[in-house]
Amino acid sequence: MEFLSDIASLTNSTLRISTPLVFAAMAGIFAERSGVIDFSLEGKMLMAAFVAAVGSYYFGNPWIGLLMAIVSCVSLSMLHGFASVTHKGDQVVSCVAINILIIGLTTALAAAWFGQAGLTPTLTNDQRFLEITLPFADALREIPIIGFIYSDILSGHYIFVYLAYLSVPIVYWVVFKTSFGLRVRAVGENPSAVDTAGINVFTMRYKALAINGVLIAFAGAHLSTAVNANFFREMSAGRGYLALAAMIFGKWHPKTALIACLLFGFTDALQIRLQGVELPTIGTIPVQLIQAIPYVLTVVLLAGFVGKAVAPSAIGQPYIKER
Amino acid sequence: MSTAVDKSKVPWWVSNLIVPLVNLTLALLVSALFIFIAGENPYQAIKLIIYGSFGYLEGFAYTLYYTTNFIFTGLAFAVAFHCRLFNIGGEGQAYIGGLGVFLVAINVSFLPVPIIWLLSIAGAFIFGAAWAFIPAYLQAKRGSHVVITTIMFNFIASSLMVYLLVDVIRDMKQMGPHTVALPKEMWLPSFKDFAALFGIKIRYSPLNLSFLLAIVASFFVWFLVWKTKWGYEMRAVGHNTQAAIYAGISPYKNIIIAMLISGGLAGLLSINEILGVHHKIVSGFPAGYGFTGIAVALMGRNHPIGIFPAAFLFGILYQGGSEVTFDMPNITRYMFVAVQGVIILFSGALENLFRPQIESFFVNRLNKEVEA
Repeated sequence: MEFLSDIASLTNSTLRISTPLVFAAMAGIFAERSGVIDFSLEGKMLMAAFVAAVGSYYFGNPWIGLLMAIVSCVSLSMLHGFASVTHKGDQVVSCVAINILIIGLTTALAAAWFGQAGLTPTLTNDQRFLEITLPFADALREIPIIGFIYSDILSGHYIFVYLAYLSVPIVYWVVFKTSFGLRVRAVGENPSAVDTAGINVFTMRYKALAINGVLIAFAGAHLSTAVNANFFREMSAGRGYLALAAMIFGKWHPKTALIACLLFGFTDALQIRLQGVELPTIGTIPVQLIQAIPYVLTVVLLAGFVGKAVAPSAIGQPYIKER
Repeated sequence: MSTAVDKSKVPWWVSNLIVPLVNLTLALLVSALFIFIAGENPYQAIKLIIYGSFGYLEGFAYTLYYTTNFIFTGLAFAVAFHCRLFNIGGEGQAYIGGLGVFLVAINVSFLPVPIIWLLSIAGAFIFGAAWAFIPAYLQAKRGSHVVITTIMFNFIASSLMVYLLVDVIRDMKQMGPHTVALPKEMWLPSFKDFAALFGIKIRYSPLNLSFLLAIVASFFVWFLVWKTKWGYEMRAVGHNTQAAIYAGISPYKNIIIAMLISGGLAGLLSINEILGVHHKIVSGFPAGYGFTGIAVALMGRNHPIGIFPAAFLFGILYQGGSEVTFDMPNITRYMFVAVQGVIILFSGALENLFRPQIESFFVNRLNKEVEA
């Protein structure tokens, strides 16, 4: 039985840890498919975490926190669009600016409002999202295999976990099966052709960025109002970049990006599990080195040893309308 | 949309002085708003910043000490940027550079001191460059974006250094994660030592000989980027890779060399921090200077002549900022990280916000003068 509970706990942590990555990767797909580089996923996730925690604390309702997080992330996406779509500024510089700005601002405001440690107050159970037990989970537990999968693996997650995996088929459907998605992909591949067809390239990119803002807000809220009960300094810890790497590794496609996110989640779950464990022949690996595994994996995946990734062809280039 | 102006008619001081100053002013106005939101008076904060950075000799020395760090990291970002590479891994490269300084200095302690310094500088440069090599290689050969790989290398450097400081090179007699101190004769002479030579007694400040090294590095970068064949090739790759390939310039070679020099310059930060100030490796000594380098380089338009005043401005913000954090309980040093972000936004991403208007304003005025 210990083996089974090990599998259950590893699977559960993989699903939970992958959740913010999945939201962020889906958000990245929208921005980058429309031709706008988005390294600012990291900053937006952090902003959402901060705003969601503060909003839930003041209004006593995590949904209001989530709503405020969505508003703040969409605003940041619009700022990115204003700089890089409207004013044709450098997209990477704009992202780096947003990331540094948010790292500073969230911690500075948390310290100014809630004391020097830079933590937001711990949320009570009413102020945060709790694990959801699926219906009949207890009753079905005794059924072999199905009961185990349903009650011990599928049941008992935060709402964001379910939403994240639900978002993947939806994003796939929107991007690849609707005319809106076709237009998003077209402005990322060949904006001048889209312009000739009478579609406004700028509006399309702003729309894609707005969806990007909504999706990434969920990732931040998951961190500060579900998994943790407060915001702390730099709590996104590079997840925005990991998600971006997963998206690139997944070739800007929701399904493959999901697999890459799960791979990251699994490695992270495994590294937490390995901390302090004595391994045969190697002995105990120092905890600092184990913690670096997801970052090393990112570099390895980006190195493209499993096939070269091809970005949307107009990515990173501001669209300049001919006169 | 404003009307486009003939770029050749725009005087150099409009595009290189007026526009950056307008952008900086906008950034500082937004920053003042943040200070207001945090519940403090922005006007008082500015007065404290000016006093803290200029008001007394030690304060001014601190300002120049921070300036030294920002010159190194600003130059590091700028060199890579001329090749259109975003090396945001200055933080990790400086951290590993520190390892180079320490290992070299501790192993050649039998040599005369000035030679130890030169070897340590080489150690800092080589270790910093080595840490930039893998991201550089992956960018050149596999197209893996350096922004992500260098950020990942920051995280990896941090883990690696904490591991080394806790388990391998820690001063085993002490509890904290730091190494043993280097022998006193290896320490770079500080500003206080110089003042003592002239019989002037001043209080401690971390300003040291590295400031001169930063000036030398600025000349080095200027010469390398604008006066050598390699600098020309590198800028050609950055400007238009396809055209550079047609001209027979190898983008791979230039990307890798640009990143190595960039990483090496970031590594030099540790000369100031380790040979000049801490005299040992302390956990987390790059303290965000690597990221500030991005703002410094973008504000200084990636030219050493611009980077110097930009680094000085950030020196004022850091030193004056620490004065603010003493006096204003609601302001922490992270407020000044946010200020950096705003400055990058306005002088980098939004640099064209008012440029057309400002340029056409001055061009029209000059035209009128010519007609009159």
